[in-house]
Amino acid sequence: MTWDRILVDLIGLGLIGFIVWFFWLVKKKGVRAPTTSGGYQEQMVLVRGGYTPDVIVVEAGKPVRLNFVRQESASCSEMVLLPDFNKSAKLPEGETVPVEFLPKQPGEYEFACQMGMLRGKLIVE
Amino acid sequence: MVKDPVCGMEIEEGKAHTRQEHGGRVFYFCSPKCEAAFAANPTRYAGEGRRRHGRQAPSATTGVREGVGGVKRIELPVFGLTCDKCVQAVEKALRAVPGVKKATVNLTAQRAFVDYDPTHAGLPALERAIRDAGYRTEGAKARFSIEGITCASCVTKIESALRATPGVLNASVNVATEEAVVEYVPRVADLAAIKAAVGSAGYRAIEAPAPASPGAADKEAQAREREYRSLMRKWWFGAAVGVFTMIMSYPWLFPLLRNWFPRGSPQLWYIWAGMGVASLAVLAYSGNQFFIGAWQALKHRSANMHTLIALGTGVAWLYSTVVLLFPHLLPSAEFVEVYYDVTVVVTALVVLGLAMELKAKGRTSEAIKKLIGLQAKTARVIRDGKEMDIPVEEVLVGDVVLLRPGEKIPVDGEIIEGSSAVDESMVTGESLPVEKRVGDEVIGATINKTGAFKFRATKIGKDTALANIIRMVQDAQGSKVPVQRIVDVVSGYFTPGVAILAILGFMIWYTFGPEPRIVFALIVAVTTLIIACPCALGMATPMSLTTGVGLGALNGILIRSGEALQTAQKLETIILDKTGTITHGKPVLTDVVVTGAFREEDLLRFAGGVEKSSEHPLAAAIVEGAQARGLLLQDAESFNAIPGHGIEAGIEGHMLLLGNLKLMRDRKIPLNALEAKATQLADDGKTPMYVAIDGKPAGIVAVADTLKEDSKVAIRALTSMGLEVVMITGDNERTAKAIAKQVGIERVLAEVLPQDKAFNVQKLQLEGKQVAMVGDGINDAPALAQADVGFAIGTGTDVAIAASDITLITGSLRGVVTAIQISRATMRNVYQNLFGAFIYNTLGLPVALGVIYPFFGVLLSPLLAALAMSFSSVTVITNANRLKRWKPRTS
Repeated sequence: MTWDRILVDLIGLGLIGFIVWFFWLVKKKGVRAPTTSGGYQEQMVLVRGGYTPDVIVVEAGKPVRLNFVRQESASCSEMVLLPDFNKSAKLPEGETVPVEFLPKQPGEYEFACQMGMLRGKLIVE
Repeated sequence: MVKDPVCGMEIEEGKAHTRQEHGGRVFYFCSPKCEAAFAANPTRYAGEGRRRHGRQAPSATTGVREGVGGVKRIELPVFGLTCDKCVQAVEKALRAVPGVKKATVNLTAQRAFVDYDPTHAGLPALERAIRDAGYRTEGAKARFSIEGITCASCVTKIESALRATPGVLNASVNVATEEAVVEYVPRVADLAAIKAAVGSAGYRAIEAPAPASPGAADKEAQAREREYRSLMRKWWFGAAVGVFTMIMSYPWLFPLLRNWFPRGSPQLWYIWAGMGVASLAVLAYSGNQFFIGAWQALKHRSANMHTLIALGTGVAWLYSTVVLLFPHLLPSAEFVEVYYDVTVVVTALVVLGLAMELKAKGRTSEAIKKLIGLQAKTARVIRDGKEMDIPVEEVLVGDVVLLRPGEKIPVDGEIIEGSSAVDESMVTGESLPVEKRVGDEVIGATINKTGAFKFRATKIGKDTALANIIRMVQDAQGSKVPVQRIVDVVSGYFTPGVAILAILGFMIWYTFGPEPRIVFALIVAVTTLIIACPCALGMATPMSLTTGVGLGALNGILIRSGEALQTAQKLETIILDKTGTITHGKPVLTDVVVTGAFREEDLLRFAGGVEKSSEHPLAAAIVEGAQARGLLLQDAESFNAIPGHGIEAGIEGHMLLLGNLKLMRDRKIPLNALEAKATQLADDGKTPMYVAIDGKPAGIVAVADTLKEDSKVAIRALTSMGLEVVMITGDNERTAKAIAKQVGIERVLAEVLPQDKAFNVQKLQLEGKQVAMVGDGINDAPALAQADVGFAIGTGTDVAIAASDITLITGSLRGVVTAIQISRATMRNVYQNLFGAFIYNTLGLPVALGVIYPFFGVLLSPLLAALAMSFSSVTVITNANRLKRWKPRTS
């Protein structure tokens, strides 16, 4: 083993460790959706290359309204799906599209684009 | 000079045809025609005139010009009113609004009539009051595209001008799309007034098609087209640079260039440096979405296809540039080689793949576009005794709509005058036109064939059957097929996993590989990053699901979710409710038996006449049966219903007894041969009723629920598909068996009380079978919910039937057959796609990592990897599109 090989392997292992830590081990902190006067737990979600915020915390048993605003033209994100609530919405560019539903059971639910490339999580407490 | 308020012509005051005063102002007219037009609707033109003159803008808070004052009366539709108490609540809320003089709410018309002082109260305040009381008032919605919006401040200006317009409930302007969405009360404001308001703010409004109309679909198609053209521009740029870089990366392969640019020569170095700059331009322009996407994903601690492509092309570019600038880092000058071609060609190919994907994707959702395109654009309504053509968005509940042959029915409603045959195939999938008479429901978007009729609108806008269908289809297309959940778990680890594989590959090739190690290691890592295609995996199920659900909708079958679609193909047992599912659910007269004492017509005439007075459900069948034979029915002279037995009545001078065996026994009527005849009728599943006239047996009338025309065919098809068909009914065993025999069902669950149906479904499930229940959505709801898949038989406009997984818009059982066929075809397509995507990745990745190199000495080129990757996702979509060619098989 020459020194350069050892160096490359060490860097490689380090990178692998970083990927595992960065993508899988770190728990993302969520944003708690505030309750508005209408009784909805409302949250704006920006759609550009991903969902911002992508982890949203809500309470069970209270209606939720997520207002999606898509600010890109890439076709991947043109639809958002909440399969657990049987909801989906087309997101025309620049328009605010509300998606309303009632989470009954606590748990973690995903929302994603049609291809599953962009993902977000809804944590129901 | 003054302006004619009607036609807008400039005229001299002295030369004006005539003048009129209105609202404290003088108006001049060029002709009697304009004057008459003004007299008919002064407020409209007076408003126009003012705006054109630019004086006195309408008050921003109330929407009414100062000084006009007076009390205005307005009619607002209120939704959700069910009881008198609600009426009072709304009235109270409205009266509490400052400026409201009087408010009355009409429960049946679902309208609020409000007298208010426009200088104090505005429509938005009224709307808020109704909403706060817990109800909603909804106007029509119109969309306008607005020319010349440039800044955010214009938005507020236009919005406030719109909100100031009388009749406008709400307005919002979107800068990005240059569009305004206006909600308004159609009888108060109209499109012209709204356009004028936008005009008064200094912009021009052009009517844009409403959402869920063909125009909205066009807009989407336009957005797609724009994106497609932008991708194609990126591809051509990448391809042009790519050809040049490909040649110049290996000049020693070309005879002429070999002499001009020998390896290691300064001129080649300069060419390569130029390529470095050009490929950076390709990355920045053609590949910008990959880098932006990768960065955005990284910020969210996630990785996707963009991450892989950005990494692959970025690494190739960086390596090439480093080698070019610091060649002494490499052990020998022989190893100096650049990979700008990889950067450029991979970017170009993946962009091309995206463009092709976009084209193909547009076709998967064609079904929904077809549905949206069905909607009518205008309606001819009768208001204040006048016929007028209005946009379909302005039709209100309660409007009387006029229809001529060949026209499209604009909204849902009930016929109040006339009759016709209506082609409902576009909504129900039923190919034969349906006869419609007064009192019958008509469905929006269907086509009136033969006659002219008037109908009253009952459902408009997003409440119509078609709007419900579209929404349900969209929701279902957005749901998930259960197998997708496995895919989701995999794809959560997929992209970072591929990155790890690429690093491992680099390490192994660098540590154990042949020289030049660094070059091999790099190629392996880049190829691995590029060949992995999470897209194919991600798109495998949603594309087929979208197509499958759309296919259902076009055949009159509404599939609620991906789960229903997946379960439907695994079904083993189908339970059919008898009444209303296999049969029409409505008894009709089937047999008349006479003893000879009276003629058949006479017997039926008496029975029909007597039954006219009865409220028994079977009585209606006898009356209708008699009338259908053209008999003129007299009224009964006396009538006495004997509960549980029958009736006793006097008609045309005769005493008539009509009822069951018990009644005849009580009255000591000798039945003789009639009793055997009755038993025989009962064995056929009919309900016989004895008739005795003047104390003597006269005959039997029998009624029965008749079979739907295609029940038998559908059941045979289900059986031949390998499904066990079971009939469930509340009828007695004998009747049930008789019906079952006619349609070819062997297993019958008879005498099941309605509340026990769900339990019976569960019993069959406990036999270890996947059970479907077919019934009507209301009475059978618990059973439908209990079943693995619940099929609701729909009728007419009430398509949003709860508790069902699949709704059959036509009442026909053939829908069940088609639904299962669609489910099977779709799931087959899904599995093909998933199989393809998994195989592609599991074969592609090892090859890219160089597993076959030790045996064959070949390594996959990153360029081929890019080609394969783009091709794989296009294949998945193309396969999903293949599903569209599916046709229902009728056997």
